[in-house]
Amino acid sequence: MLQIIQKFINKVFKDLFKTRKHIKLGLYGPPNGGKTTLANRICMDWLGEEMGTVSHVEHETREIQVKEQVNITSGRKELSFNLVDTPGIATKIDYEDFMKKGLSEREAKKRAKEATKGVIDAIKWLDDMDVVIVVLDGTKDPYSQVNITIIGNLAARDIPVLIVANKADLKKADVKKVEAAFPQYDVVGISAKYGQGIDKFYEGLFVMAGK
Amino acid sequence: MDLTLQFVPYNEIESLSSIGRIKKLIHLVKEDKIILLEGRLRKDEETELIKTTMELIDEDFRGLEIGVFYSDQQYGDIIKRLRATFVNMLMGDRIGLTVIGPASIIKEIKRDPSKFQLLAHAPKTPRKKAKPKRKR
Repeated sequence: MLQIIQKFINKVFKDLFKTRKHIKLGLYGPPNGGKTTLANRICMDWLGEEMGTVSHVEHETREIQVKEQVNITSGRKELSFNLVDTPGIATKIDYEDFMKKGLSEREAKKRAKEATKGVIDAIKWLDDMDVVIVVLDGTKDPYSQVNITIIGNLAARDIPVLIVANKADLKKADVKKVEAAFPQYDVVGISAKYGQGIDKFYEGLFVMAGK
Repeated sequence: MDLTLQFVPYNEIESLSSIGRIKKLIHLVKEDKIILLEGRLRKDEETELIKTTMELIDEDFRGLEIGVFYSDQQYGDIIKRLRATFVNMLMGDRIGLTVIGPASIIKEIKRDPSKFQLLAHAPKTPRKKAKPKRKR
């Protein structure tokens, strides 16, 4: 009888472990924070291929992109997840801003339309996430309402969050300001472009996923 | 261009559904008004507001700027945080202030824990017509 109970407990724990092992990990944040650059860094490090294109023009990622079964390891620890790169969340999209960056009027209007749909999709996908990395531009003011809304929503949904203050290689970057803005969260300063702080970021991922 | 600030007391939206609240706020923003809302929306309503805004964006409506200001229990010493938590429990979403305005008027709302700045776009001045040269 004891053996049966023990087997049952082992199975339950094993199943729990299994589900936890394969999680949906979302990259969220405002536009041009470096979500796709980070996604590319993760995919290059562990799969040897990039995930999406990056651009200095905002809203380059306008569709949800998923890379399935990314396995990362650290010593004996292993974590497997589906990486979900989402379009940047914004409260305004002005096609004229794209024209200022060199796009034609037609291209700019098309980009704006696709970008609005991208924001809607990103919000819809929030419910499906198991854990979320909020990617913020470390050179910008962290107190923007979009940042606060995203993080507040994740907290309300009980989704574990790791905040990344990206572009830490730039002089203007202020990781401490990001830490001060969100004191109840773990904040990791990284440069997704150059790989600075990326090991600390992976450690943070394992902690967040409960490893 | 005249700038209109409209104060919306919380009791004006209190009895409305989430969709009703969002519709009312967006309707005012589309009238080029800057709203000073007493209190704040719920977190899920804030995301719904962003979603609805995105659905409405076109060549005339470019979106909105929003800033929510309230005493957060995450700052200050333990007594201050406890007091803020207690006030939040009593007052709910009634405390604080939400500023919402059209992106065509508000360039940015800057905030830090204790103050906020509202930066407006410079009004577009119509080009002066060149005076016709007098014929001698």
